[in-house]
Amino acid sequence: MLNFLLKRLLAIIPVLLGITLLLFFMLRMLPGDPAQVLAGQMASPADVEIIRVQMGLDKPVYIQYASFLNRLVHLDLGVSARTQNPVIEEIWAKLPNTVLLALCAITLACAFGIPAGVIAAVRPYSWVDYLVTIASLFGISMPVFWLGIMLMIVFSITLQWLPAGGIGTWKHLVLPSVTLAAFVVAFIARMTRSCMLEVLSQDYVTTARSKGLKEKAIIIKHALKNALIPIITVVGLQFGLLLGGAVLTETVFAWPGLGRLIVDSILARDYAMIQGSILIFGLLYTLVNLVVDLTYAFVDPRIRYE
Amino acid sequence: MKVTSDPLLSIKGLKTSFHTHDGTITAVDGVDFDVFAGETLGLVGESGCGKSVTALSVLRLLNPSMTTIQGRVDFNGKNLLDLDPEEMRMIRGSTISMIFQEPMTSLNPILTVGEQIAESLRLHEKLDNKKAWEKAIHMLEIVQIPSPEIRAGQYPHKLSGGMRQRVMIAMALSCNPCLIFADEPTTALDVTIQAQIIRLLEHLKKGSNTSIVLITHDLGVVAQMASRVVVMYAGRVVEEAPVVELFHDARHPYTRGLLKSIPVITQDKKTRLNEIPGIVPNLLYMPKGCSFHPRCSEAMDICKKESPPMIHLKKNRRVSCWLTSDDYGEN
Repeated sequence: MLNFLLKRLLAIIPVLLGITLLLFFMLRMLPGDPAQVLAGQMASPADVEIIRVQMGLDKPVYIQYASFLNRLVHLDLGVSARTQNPVIEEIWAKLPNTVLLALCAITLACAFGIPAGVIAAVRPYSWVDYLVTIASLFGISMPVFWLGIMLMIVFSITLQWLPAGGIGTWKHLVLPSVTLAAFVVAFIARMTRSCMLEVLSQDYVTTARSKGLKEKAIIIKHALKNALIPIITVVGLQFGLLLGGAVLTETVFAWPGLGRLIVDSILARDYAMIQGSILIFGLLYTLVNLVVDLTYAFVDPRIRYE
Repeated sequence: MKVTSDPLLSIKGLKTSFHTHDGTITAVDGVDFDVFAGETLGLVGESGCGKSVTALSVLRLLNPSMTTIQGRVDFNGKNLLDLDPEEMRMIRGSTISMIFQEPMTSLNPILTVGEQIAESLRLHEKLDNKKAWEKAIHMLEIVQIPSPEIRAGQYPHKLSGGMRQRVMIAMALSCNPCLIFADEPTTALDVTIQAQIIRLLEHLKKGSNTSIVLITHDLGVVAQMASRVVVMYAGRVVEEAPVVELFHDARHPYTRGLLKSIPVITQDKKTRLNEIPGIVPNLLYMPKGCSFHPRCSEAMDICKKESPPMIHLKKNRRVSCWLTSDDYGEN
């Protein structure tokens, strides 16, 4: 187990290296000159040149990459060109907001998606099942920004129950979480339904029935636990994506998270900031996947890691 | 064999239909038979003849939204088909239990075998966690699993097929049922393991008053264990006889065909194995008349037109075939 964990943690290093490589060179293929953006439209070519040298952008790309890696090894992600603050500090300031929102959204999605999927699977082709199917279709196909704006109109403007944006109290969390969860809940419900349908037709479910167990025990203890592996996979992947920041939702609700930070940095061609935040996102994503893999072993005794 | 006059289980006119996209399929069509306390009844027939569906219908384990069950199943003075689902649930696993064919897939892979035995004990015998676990270990001991304390804490994938079938048997026996349906309990196992399981079932049968309905297509198993045999074909009972009479004096051509299909060990390697030509008819397109006539070597004109009546030759001896006349004397 410990061996497995160590191996997996070591495997993160080449993944992150790959990310930096792709990211670094792709960024520099983007049109637009960061020095020009920083200096402003009115700046003279001489001023732009000075900034370029300051930022080290006058050197060849591979030298830039080497010095980036060198700083990375010393856990230094550089300084944001836009705010002149260390990148790590900027990310550190936004990350808790993103994690909080992602956690709320995924909890909400599981709390509704899994029961909905189970109920739909227990009574397939009944009205409940159709209701879940239709609701899921809505959830999956509704554009996030549209749903966000609609919720805002209803709950913030008309009813005035919840704030329309910003951060502070739990009330600020509700609308962005619901908006984010809508897609995920639908996804989880569909997945749960199909996994449960498959498990419910297994022989051991008939065995459980033949023992006279209560229907609730059969569904939760015997069936749902067996259906959990694919559900956990989906939940993990979705959570990983949410950690990368939900750009649209964060924008609609003025939520100061990682997603908006990345978009703002891209617009400003803030190389250090983009590199830093995407690298952190990559790290979080691989870590979430590792946790998901470890969870399998808890759910299914047949899975053991050596 | 202790046969009392009143049957423990009496199935009358059992008819089970499945509603499918292609139409209604009647898998069991008017099956009657009795099971007496303490006896082992063999229920024999090819795959798809309705043996398992009969057992599942009695225990009402078929999905009610897709099936219709008609007829009567009298057990302890009650018609099981009339009970409300909650009453039926309390009978399952306590007074009537079932052993399934596939030990590989019939146990839940993510629960320990001890827990799978203990949960019915907690439910039906109202034992607390500790007592239920102890009894589960005791049950594993009864089905002759070595080091039961260790095995109880293991998951099914750590156990061999024969061992899992022992667990299934322990599960079925745990609440002292009056009746066990054993649905092909040895089919999925190696021959040597089959013999062990049969020996175990026989051993457990001794000294208990539990009745077993042994569902199988293996006449060797029937010969060894059953005292009476009911032969089914295409959802109907075609013959019933005490086991010795069945092997010596089978009346129905189908039963005779089955008996002839048993390979003989002294048989010359070059001779073909006997078989009954053709296959079990598609239940959607049942032949007119006797459902066996397309495969029957002795079919007559009347067999193609009308289905034969059930002729009761004597007690526990009946056959449904036009070849059998009443000259045997009713009863």
